[in-house]
Amino acid sequence: MIAKPHIDWFALAPSLALLGAAGLLLMVAVFVPRRGRKATSAFVAFGGFVASGIWAAFLDDRSPNATALVHDAMWRDRWGALAQVILAGSGAVAVLLSYGERMRDEHVAEYYALLTAAGAGMAFFVQAGNLMTLFLGLEWFSIALYVLTAIDIDLVGSLEAGLKYLIIGAVGSATLLFGSALVYGITGELSFDRIAAAGHAHDAMLVVGLAMIIVGLGFKASAAPFHMWTPDAYQGAPTPVTAFMSSATKIAALVVTYRVLVTTFPHDQHLWRIAIAVIAIVSLAWGNIAALVQRNVKRILAYSSVSHAGFMLIAVAAANPLGARALLYYLIPYAAMSLGAFGVVAARERELQRPVTLQNLAGFGWERPFLGVAMWVFMLGMLGFPLTGGFIGKFYVFAAAYDHGYWWLIVAGVIATMISAYYYLGIVRAMYFRDAAELQLAPAGGSPPFDPLLIAGVGIALAVTVGSFFAVQPLIDVARSAASSLPL
Amino acid sequence: MLTTALIVIPVAGALLIAITPLSSYWLGSLATLISLVEIGVWITAAARFDFSSSSLQMDQRASWFSDLQVSWHVGQYRFTLWFVGMTVVAMAACTIYGWWVGRERARAYFALMLLLTGAIVGVFVAQDLLLFYAFFEAMLIPLYVLIGVWGGSDRMRATITFVVYTVVGSLLMLAAIVVFGLQQGTFDMTRMGTSSSQWLFLGFVVAFAIKSPLFPLHGWLPVTYRESPAEVSAVLSGIVGKVGLYGLLRIAIPFFPQPVHDWRIVMLIVGSVSLVYGSLLAFRAPDFRGVVMYSSLAQSGLIVLGLFASNSLGFDGAVLQIVNHALISTSLFLLAGMLERRTGTRGELSLLGGMARGRPALATMIMIVGIISLAVPLSTSFAGEFLILAGVFQQGWLWAVIGAAGMVLAAMYMLRAISAVLHQDVGPAVSEHALDLRVGELAIVVPLVLCLIGLSAWPNLVSGRASAPTSSGWTQYAP
Repeated sequence: MIAKPHIDWFALAPSLALLGAAGLLLMVAVFVPRRGRKATSAFVAFGGFVASGIWAAFLDDRSPNATALVHDAMWRDRWGALAQVILAGSGAVAVLLSYGERMRDEHVAEYYALLTAAGAGMAFFVQAGNLMTLFLGLEWFSIALYVLTAIDIDLVGSLEAGLKYLIIGAVGSATLLFGSALVYGITGELSFDRIAAAGHAHDAMLVVGLAMIIVGLGFKASAAPFHMWTPDAYQGAPTPVTAFMSSATKIAALVVTYRVLVTTFPHDQHLWRIAIAVIAIVSLAWGNIAALVQRNVKRILAYSSVSHAGFMLIAVAAANPLGARALLYYLIPYAAMSLGAFGVVAARERELQRPVTLQNLAGFGWERPFLGVAMWVFMLGMLGFPLTGGFIGKFYVFAAAYDHGYWWLIVAGVIATMISAYYYLGIVRAMYFRDAAELQLAPAGGSPPFDPLLIAGVGIALAVTVGSFFAVQPLIDVARSAASSLPL
Repeated sequence: MLTTALIVIPVAGALLIAITPLSSYWLGSLATLISLVEIGVWITAAARFDFSSSSLQMDQRASWFSDLQVSWHVGQYRFTLWFVGMTVVAMAACTIYGWWVGRERARAYFALMLLLTGAIVGVFVAQDLLLFYAFFEAMLIPLYVLIGVWGGSDRMRATITFVVYTVVGSLLMLAAIVVFGLQQGTFDMTRMGTSSSQWLFLGFVVAFAIKSPLFPLHGWLPVTYRESPAEVSAVLSGIVGKVGLYGLLRIAIPFFPQPVHDWRIVMLIVGSVSLVYGSLLAFRAPDFRGVVMYSSLAQSGLIVLGLFASNSLGFDGAVLQIVNHALISTSLFLLAGMLERRTGTRGELSLLGGMARGRPALATMIMIVGIISLAVPLSTSFAGEFLILAGVFQQGWLWAVIGAAGMVLAAMYMLRAISAVLHQDVGPAVSEHALDLRVGELAIVVPLVLCLIGLSAWPNLVSGRASAPTSSGWTQYAP
């Protein structure tokens, strides 16, 4: 008879809800007739994300004190719960953006099943409490994302993107696993807080393990120089998948990076602070400079997401209460802007039936007033202009860096923002400033398909982007209580 | 409440215009109505203002996020009231001009003009550094699109140049604001103490010098002012430039007494060079807009002389001259736009000439504004420049000599421009059919001119009530 640990099912509910939805979707793929399959599966997936979000919100409310679950394998705390809320929101919007995507009937339900499975993996990942669940969660959502990237076999480049993502992602996972093994080898412990308690802080093997774990998580956060897969995967994947990857993967990876660093390696913080700061600077530099020369809008946004990883890693490097708050706050408008921007790209892609470049974005702002203004707001938000949460996010990140005395990170962030103005405003310029002769009323035959769900998804993203500028206090309060569940 | 209303009315008006299904003509009239209501609200505020007090009035404070002590704090000092006044008047004139000209894509155009009004008013009344910065950046968004969509043929280069300069400046300022605010423990300008950090001071000064613009940082000026629509150039030169000078006056000078002392000579040199160099460029400019735009560089330099004179004479003169030049520059750029429309040119002086004959209203307007702008005695500019010279004289007679030389140069370039447009031989681009100013155009320019004439009669209205009557008046609002 094996002694079974007590399991707090409520704490696992956000993940289980999505897992349940994924299972149900596989049933839908088999049992629901082809005619109603698309609507049914989108509905189930949306419901799964909403249910997961609601559960996570309850979990956030009911978990004022962090408690360990299942023999320290998982954590029930507000840090994870808040991340799950943001993840579920991103997933729900991604479902809205996906509905109008051209997709083969025979795997539409599988598409949503993979999306919810990826969401479940991320929800599991952010609660991870030991090296085993860390790796399990990472692989869980990664494998789902590899398939999602390659799912549209009719799309040129989709398969290639999936393969690239798979190979590079596997390198990242292997690095993480190797690092975990080293850490386990030296401490003999798996769970984060016992590793910290075990000492060995200055042991070379532990430090190497720490470095490898940072690298493995850096791949998922697409921080430079571990971002090589990002532009290709973002470009090749179906655009709604890109939207989901760019927001949700980044949320999960950064939230977990912060958790692992402060709970597992508090004694080595002088080392990882510098390492993360360097990665942040490299991401800022590489992401922004590479984005300058891109013509494809999805690639521009991919490099922009690398640079945003850099901004958020500034908050991780600061690793003070302000930094934790800054990270969680920044993720909210960032996820919204990223989803919204890719949603707009998806809309343009659907009406043109070809990849969106700066060139064929011409006139979009005048043809689609709502989507144009929305894209405008997203770009200004990513640039960190006021009236969007992006501005407050950058402000908090800089404040956190200053609070820790890393003024040089502020300098790096400011220079990066200056560079980024060129390509973010370049998108606005492409949408609005061209001469009337260049405007192209998109599809050859008639007006483009009206897609109310996509409009709704972009509308939600717009509301969050602008709303987070005004409602700073409530969001910061939530972020503060989430941050207080972690040490430091 | 009135202060907040001054921000909210144009912003709400912009949203209203963005969604109201009306024809462009009616959208223009709606925008005009909103901008006139805005003037009405400002007059109400001025009527209720207590000019005997030098403290912050009509202020409103609400916490925005408390962990970093950032708040929605708006209010007006005596000089702020005049800056807001000149903003709402000039923006109304420019909005009406856009209506008169019949700008395409009226919905976006008028919404952006009103948004810009709200943002500029916000910059002047914000009493929280982060709020100030938010409005400061928010100004750039409508300006970027206004230039990029309605500008001339080289507008792409204009927008990029303009944005590169301003974004660099404002991000330096953001870094300075973050550091300064966290050092002080609050971002509320009424509660902050002073700092002696040279870096922070320079971060602010560079941002404001780009916006003003001042001498080595004026590289964005020519292409932007020439490619913008006339009324947007009017806003840029008349109002947005003044935001930079206001920033020096409200932030850079009072919060950094030690750096101001250390950098005074440098700033006076920057002001002097801007004045002389700007005047010379204006004298050489081949087009009417060029004259006006370089004269605004010169005027910024002169105002900086007044600000860094560090005495109440210079400060009062600077405040008066900011208001004067806002009205003058707006009028001149709008007149430049009217000239260009009449002649189908871009205002090249070589193509103009002899326009006074048969066009009395046009000639009178250009003449009055031109004469006031070159600071003829009894005009309000004369009062402002005299105060500035008297103030800066106390820092050294050399600065006053340079300032006086600037006044002579102003007469040279302005009279040259007036004569090239109105007198001399009839230019090749001036046809018999080029009309005199129409009633609609007079309705735009005459109120601005009346404001200038009114100020000429009573400049003390602004200068005497700008700072406190004490000798240390200019530091009255300082912490």
